Amino acid sequence: MAEENNDVITKLVVTSSDSVLPIDAAMKVYESSTDIVIKETCFGTMVTGPREAVNKVVKEIVDLDKNHIFVKERGFPPGDDRRCRASRGGGSRPGFYFLKEEAMMLPMIGKALDKYDEHVPLKEIEHKKKLGVKDLQDIVESSL
Amino acid sequence: MAKVIIYPTNSLILSDLVQRFGHTPLAMMEKIKEKVTTVGVDSPPMNITAEEPKHGLKYAAVEVPAGVRGRMAIVGPMIEEAEAGIIVGESPMAFGCMGCARTNELTKYLIRSREMPLLELEFPKDDDEGQEFVYRIAEFLKSLDEVKGESEEATE
Repeated sequence: MAEENNDVITKLVVTSSDSVLPIDAAMKVYESSTDIVIKETCFGTMVTGPREAVNKVVKEIVDLDKNHIFVKERGFPPGDDRRCRASRGGGSRPGFYFLKEEAMMLPMIGKALDKYDEHVPLKEIEHKKKLGVKDLQDIVESSL
Repeated sequence: MAKVIIYPTNSLILSDLVQRFGHTPLAMMEKIKEKVTTVGVDSPPMNITAEEPKHGLKYAAVEVPAGVRGRMAIVGPMIEEAEAGIIVGESPMAFGCMGCARTNELTKYLIRSREMPLLELEFPKDDDEGQEFVYRIAEFLKSLDEVKGESEEATE
């Protein structure tokens, strides 16, 4: 029983694509006719099932737009009472805030992956430096 | 294929990039899955038992809060297992209801103190930084293949 349970995994598929919507990802899973449970969410889909089947289906979904669909494993299964907000009295589920912050960066990461694939050379960026102690001292002295 | 520990340990972007470039991410989610789905160790709601803070004693002293030690019981073995690491700083979202600032400090310290290839960078704020972020991670992960290939040749 334990072994059987261990083999079941959940993956979060976060779409940040202009051409692929979460519903397209969901349709891909429905087409696959494997023993998989899927839950559509505002950021993408959650796919649960046996490890091999999930990996196969997730690869198919990612291939729809590989640089703009991101995947990570999730610890809890979808709808788990310990996490699902339906049974916790509302509010975002724990962990969602992090996902939201990262989801906002995904268009940027997607564009960068496109550029990497096209071998676009890296631009030189000037990083802001922290104010040195000596400079701060000079500023203070100049205003005295 | 190298085992790469990522910080923040539950990052979607890092976990995806490491896997995308052919390595295994060591992330919190898999360890949590083992914890919450293993039958027989039920201690609802999170299956965290009194044993965890004891395991954490390997990484933090006894006067350190149990929360830090409990978290280190999960993070510590991941750091020991790692063959390379990626630390992304400037990640305030790693601190909050699900994160602990002191655990984060200790995690980063332990990753840095391991003698293994390590990349440190910050989360990007615009497209140019995003490009640099992805390029640096990609080059780092590709270089791991070369390092691993060389070390395997040396052992043969």
